[in-house]
Amino acid sequence: MGEAYASLLSLRGLTRRFGGLTAVDGIDLDLAKGGLVSIIGPNGAGKTTLFNLVTGLDRPDAGTVSFEGRDVTGLSPERLAAQGIARTFQLGRVFGNLSVMDNVLIGAHTRLRAVKPAVPVIGPLLELGLALLRPSAVRAEEERLREEVKAILARFGERLLPRIDQPAYSLSYANRRRVEIARALALKPRLLLLDEPTAGMNPSETAEMQGLVAELKAEGLTILLIEHKLEMVMRLSDRVIVMDEGKKIAEGPGEQVRGDPKVIEAYLGHGLSGTAEQESAA
Amino acid sequence: MSSWLDYTINGLIVGNVYALVAVGLALIFGVSRLINFAQGSIYLVGAYIGWVAVVQLHTPLPLTIILVAVVAALVGLIIERFGLRPLQNSVRIAPLLATIGISFVLDQLVMLTFSPNPRALPSQLPDVRFQIGGGTIGPLDLLIAGVGITSALLLFVFLRYTKLGWAVRAASQDRDAAMQMGVDVNRVNQTVFGIAAALGGVSGLLVGMYYNQIDTAMSLQATLKGVVAEVVGGAGNVPGAVVGSLLLGLVESYGIAVFGTSYRNLFAFLLLVVVLVLRPNGLFASARQAPPEPLTGTFIAPSRPVRIPRWAFAVAVALFAILPLLPVSFYVLQTLINAWLLGMLALSLTLVAGTIGQVSLGHAALLAIGAYTSALLSLTLNLPVGLAIIAGGLMSAALGTILISPSFRLRGHYVSIATLAIGEIVSLVILNWESVTRGPIGISGIPPLSLFGYDLVDPKAVYWFSFVVMVVLALLQVRLLGSHLGRSFRAIRDDDIAARAYGLSLNRYKSLAFIFGGFAAGVSGGIAAHLYSYINHETFNTQQSILALTVVILGGLGNVVGALLGAVALVGLPEVFRIAAEYRILIYGIVLLLLVRFRPQGLLGTI
Ligand SMILES: Nc1ncnc2c1ncn2[C@@H]1O[C@H](COP(=O)(O)OP(=O)(O)OP(=O)(O)O)[C@@H](O)[C@H]1O
Ligand SMILES: [Mg+2]
Repeated sequence: MGEAYASLLSLRGLTRRFGGLTAVDGIDLDLAKGGLVSIIGPNGAGKTTLFNLVTGLDRPDAGTVSFEGRDVTGLSPERLAAQGIARTFQLGRVFGNLSVMDNVLIGAHTRLRAVKPAVPVIGPLLELGLALLRPSAVRAEEERLREEVKAILARFGERLLPRIDQPAYSLSYANRRRVEIARALALKPRLLLLDEPTAGMNPSETAEMQGLVAELKAEGLTILLIEHKLEMVMRLSDRVIVMDEGKKIAEGPGEQVRGDPKVIEAYLGHGLSGTAEQESAA
Repeated sequence: MSSWLDYTINGLIVGNVYALVAVGLALIFGVSRLINFAQGSIYLVGAYIGWVAVVQLHTPLPLTIILVAVVAALVGLIIERFGLRPLQNSVRIAPLLATIGISFVLDQLVMLTFSPNPRALPSQLPDVRFQIGGGTIGPLDLLIAGVGITSALLLFVFLRYTKLGWAVRAASQDRDAAMQMGVDVNRVNQTVFGIAAALGGVSGLLVGMYYNQIDTAMSLQATLKGVVAEVVGGAGNVPGAVVGSLLLGLVESYGIAVFGTSYRNLFAFLLLVVVLVLRPNGLFASARQAPPEPLTGTFIAPSRPVRIPRWAFAVAVALFAILPLLPVSFYVLQTLINAWLLGMLALSLTLVAGTIGQVSLGHAALLAIGAYTSALLSLTLNLPVGLAIIAGGLMSAALGTILISPSFRLRGHYVSIATLAIGEIVSLVILNWESVTRGPIGISGIPPLSLFGYDLVDPKAVYWFSFVVMVVLALLQVRLLGSHLGRSFRAIRDDDIAARAYGLSLNRYKSLAFIFGGFAAGVSGGIAAHLYSYINHETFNTQQSILALTVVILGGLGNVVGALLGAVALVGLPEVFRIAAEYRILIYGIVLLLLVRFRPQGLLGTI
């Protein structure tokens, strides 16, 4: 296709301070199309904050974010979602009172066309009118998206499909995490950010999730992954970035990073709190 | 120039009074992240206890102050123990609604005990004024300043040098960490409510003496002023609340100097809206901060809605439709017409508060906009009443949405404050914009309802008209909820951050919800105007906003059928049991409290 940009996502000197604390400190990062980069680091290293900066939920104090060659620093999360960036949240943020179907349909919101005509000023009013009248084009679009959602849910085997009409709050923890990933996939993302997708999952659920991420990667999806379970990180990543106290302390292929004395020290220095080794051994 | 000094002194004194309320609010917000809407009611209680003490018991001033502080503190402790502590582990909306309910119950109890007529509260101090500089100052001013400064010092010493004070500070910095360190949170809450209530009560006493008059309307005003001062200073920031109060006092005092007394509150609420929009964390807050990630669905109670089969709904509609053909009394029809009007308002509020999660406390303002638009258009332009009502709905949709839009960036309790303030602003503008709204005189001689040239004066015709309008609005709303907008609204309510991350613009969808809901409320107000034939700036008041909120909670947030059921129940049951009008608000308050405590999802469940 010959895109003009070298990497799909690139961060330069990205920095975010909270009072006296620099949560993200001059991070550079490049992610090629179709690649999978993992970010690891001890608790409080600034990984989630970095995700917030990339997805527009927080604004950097310095530095730039470019996506597909365009500068998108400080854009609103709505705009970034519309450009094809989807994410999941570390603590899980499903819409509790919405059914599984509706949760995932929200993921497809940026792809609504028939019901959201791109007309300036009166666009919202047209949207209201079309939602009430529901001409056939609108109904067909909704029907098509519902079918798509079922196909996405089918990727999780029998985990979600039988519960498609249940409210998300009634699901198990692991299923809520799956709904989040399904919701992200419904956006048809060009960049997917996963914040600890296997947190709180048992080994067999973790293996299942790892399989899914590997599948997504094989399909050509570009992924940025935060994960504590090193086993999974080593298997999946093209490259691993290690953060500590906001800074990037190492970067490279998994095996190389794993043996880096600075990395070992960062983990040991934090008293092994929630370290990768512990969890992956479990 | 001397008068400027007088205005400054007056501003600082009034600010001192606000500070006594605002500091209590800040303390409570600090430890429990709760805006206590009942604070003004405690202030009211304080004023009336003071009246009893001064006028009936003839207590000397120091004893009066102590008595008021002690009784008010007791009321505060009771509120904390029985109203809020049981809700500790419930959803975030619960304590908010509880303090609203408590405030209504307390105000009504005071009103029932002392009657709503104003009373004089003599100041017990000699009526002399001393010259200072170019202005004058009286003993009461000095007393108020003295009480303010003394309380601030006592509070400072308490927070700084006592163990319990340390616990309060710890809990307000990080509640969870404080609990882990063994701080008894219940004890902290008790302390804070006790102190806040004592300060609030004394403040009510002093204000009563200052104006030599007390009445039951003081409560809401005090809550609003206290909240304004607190928010201006930064919610939970105690010194900030003091500065915010003095600032508010000065702004009001200078505002009165320039524009006149009837504008006093307008400045307070405009200040609030400006601060909320520009600096939602207060004037003194440091960096912008993202809120921590919440767990799922913690604002409203998760529930499975009761499914009402279509045929049951159709049968109910048919029964109500043929009701006027049966031998029913005029009185029954009249009651149900009121229920349908309230039903339309509840449809509007259940969409706004329930479906998209913006708990509006100023919803009656939308009624007022619709009513005034429709009344004025039919009177001055001779527009047919049917069209005028639709125009009222459209105006309410447009203007209501524009007015409320500054609050779209806010969350939870702040939305409630902002909407309350915006509601007050609308009523103040109606009062002051005499050339258009005819000011305090109101609008009389509004033509009766009519359709295609036929006047609807027969109660049966009015009944059918309002019933049909309500059912049509309800069906439209059901259709809306079944569309992509329904799920988008609910997603924003459940988690606005995740919703934004998936491309949902909060401004766009909150606007659409308010446009749709504003139309229903405006139509309700328009019909009411033609039905009553006379309206003024007090026809649509906060009591109606609260009544509508109770209806919505009773039916189940976001639940269309629930809203209609709730309206019939809350209008009809008091009639069935022949409950005297003055007890009704009390009963609505109690119903709200019981619901929040025992059935937060309402009768038919949240949708
Ligand atoms: N909104 C905020 N306000 C103040 N400090 C914050 C905020 N968000 C994060 N921090 C701080 O920034 C630092 C980085 O936090 P972040 O959540 O990004 O870490 P993380 O690497 O994702 O950790 P974990 O592995 O525990 O998820 C932490 O010290 C955290 O306390
Ligand atoms: Mg994190």
